[in-house]
Amino acid sequence: MIHVLADVGYQTNWLEVLRTGFMRNAFIGGTLVAVASGLIGYFVVIRRDAFAAHALAHIGFPGATFAVLVGIPVTAGLALFCITGALAIGGLGKRISDREVSTGTILAMSTGLGVLFASLASENTNTLTSVLFGNLLAISHNQIRTYALFTLGFVLVLAVIARPLLFASVDPHVAEAKGVAVRPLGVVFMVLLALAVTMAVQVVGTLLLFALVVTPAATALAITARPALVVAGSTGLALAAVWIGLVLSVMFNLPPSFCIVSLAFLAWIITLGVTRPRRRRGSRRAIVSGQGVAGDHHHPAPVELTI
Amino acid sequence: MTDALSLEGVGAARGQGTIWTDGTFTIPTGEIVGVIGPNGSGKTTLLQMILGLLPVAAGRLTVLGEEPHRGNRRIGYVPQNYTAEIGEAIRCRDLVTLGRTGTRWGLGGRSGDDRVKVDAALAAVSALDVAGRRVSQLSGGQQQRVAIAQALVGDPELLLLDEPLANLDVRNQHEIVELLDTLRTTRDVTILVVVHDLNPLLSILGGAIYLLDGHAHYGAIGDVVDGELLTHLYDTPIKVVRTAQGDLFTRS
Repeated sequence: MIHVLADVGYQTNWLEVLRTGFMRNAFIGGTLVAVASGLIGYFVVIRRDAFAAHALAHIGFPGATFAVLVGIPVTAGLALFCITGALAIGGLGKRISDREVSTGTILAMSTGLGVLFASLASENTNTLTSVLFGNLLAISHNQIRTYALFTLGFVLVLAVIARPLLFASVDPHVAEAKGVAVRPLGVVFMVLLALAVTMAVQVVGTLLLFALVVTPAATALAITARPALVVAGSTGLALAAVWIGLVLSVMFNLPPSFCIVSLAFLAWIITLGVTRPRRRRGSRRAIVSGQGVAGDHHHPAPVELTI
Repeated sequence: MTDALSLEGVGAARGQGTIWTDGTFTIPTGEIVGVIGPNGSGKTTLLQMILGLLPVAAGRLTVLGEEPHRGNRRIGYVPQNYTAEIGEAIRCRDLVTLGRTGTRWGLGGRSGDDRVKVDAALAAVSALDVAGRRVSQLSGGQQQRVAIAQALVGDPELLLLDEPLANLDVRNQHEIVELLDTLRTTRDVTILVVVHDLNPLLSILGGAIYLLDGHAHYGAIGDVVDGELLTHLYDTPIKVVRTAQGDLFTRS
């Protein structure tokens, strides 16, 4: 889709456009993706694994262009590369942000491969643009069926492992001592993330992926730390960004990716503006009360000091 | 009554490297025991063997009458300064709850019993009033209390604390030491504390495991607090001073 500047602006026929078949597909597809992204986002943020989401998106890029080159569905190529990448990263067992140089180098190589595959395929620019920036309006019936299966499996697996995964994510040392299979859970988490990334690439593209997989969860976590509420808030924010973003894109003839990313960003920046100052006051209070008041010393014996 | 720990010729190793050997001693239940030794002498390694996270390289280690095994519900564990890593992500109450429910699969809700246990653990460390705060919003001393509450929530018979006094000011150190003393008397629990400075704990320790020259030893606290032994252990001159309040040792 090429937007000429003159086309941008309020569209009088936006309600009609919203009723078309491709818009309905976009809403269904976008909903499935938002649910998966919002759910996994909570774990991405508390594991401080945002870089892994970013990395998987880049590893998926050559998968998508390779799929076009050899004539298999783009989703299959993306899923293949993302899941392989997820197994490799999960198998290493360390947070990949701890190895940023080697990961960055591998990401650059992936992106280079993606460009190569795209240039070898004839219809290169279209594919390249939609993989990099997303193309929710082009989502097909077949893709929706695949996404529905992905999201269903995703939700079921997550429901089973949610609690041990939460334990392993916030508190890996104690969780391991308590018998939680921390490493295998890490691998399962990475595969779930790969599925979410595969789907989210269709909506916002590899370059804007953060907006769906990380930002809504980060926003929700800034508001509350209750796990169930963060998960609900993160999913709700992702859904709102996709739904409202789609409507706005039709109303003003703007790229859906741009609208979705902007809404996620707005929610995040406003939330930070509201919660940061409040949080800082809160922690200052905590420190002051931790120090106690003069004359509050109830210990009869003096504290012994090493000189 | 079985001993809390029993070692017969136990050796510790990581990969191919032997860390210490010839640990033969028993720790009776109900004691607070320090684990001391210079950096890299294998203090944390000992905890990991007790937890079943590292295989016992040699000899026979018995924990509460059993072979060490991962997921031992009779042990509570607080790793070294780990609350710092948890930060923003979670509230104190949720962290403590995970200590009880974190190994369960599925979404099944918390039972009323879980809630009672979590409240009791938070109350035992006087942290009920901060239960709704994020871990990152607490002071270092409060974070350490919450970490101990998480270890207590499973009603452990053995509590392993790795450097619980690190990064705390003198007052907070003293409060954690008082807390450990209270736990020992009210909860019937054996406590193993890894420390690099024995001084703050001297008043409550019954004995100490010391890792010296590649061997593990155990002695009653009166025998361990000895200038010659500590000088040898830390490889720097140490003097023991006896005062009205008790012993303390100083680097001279």
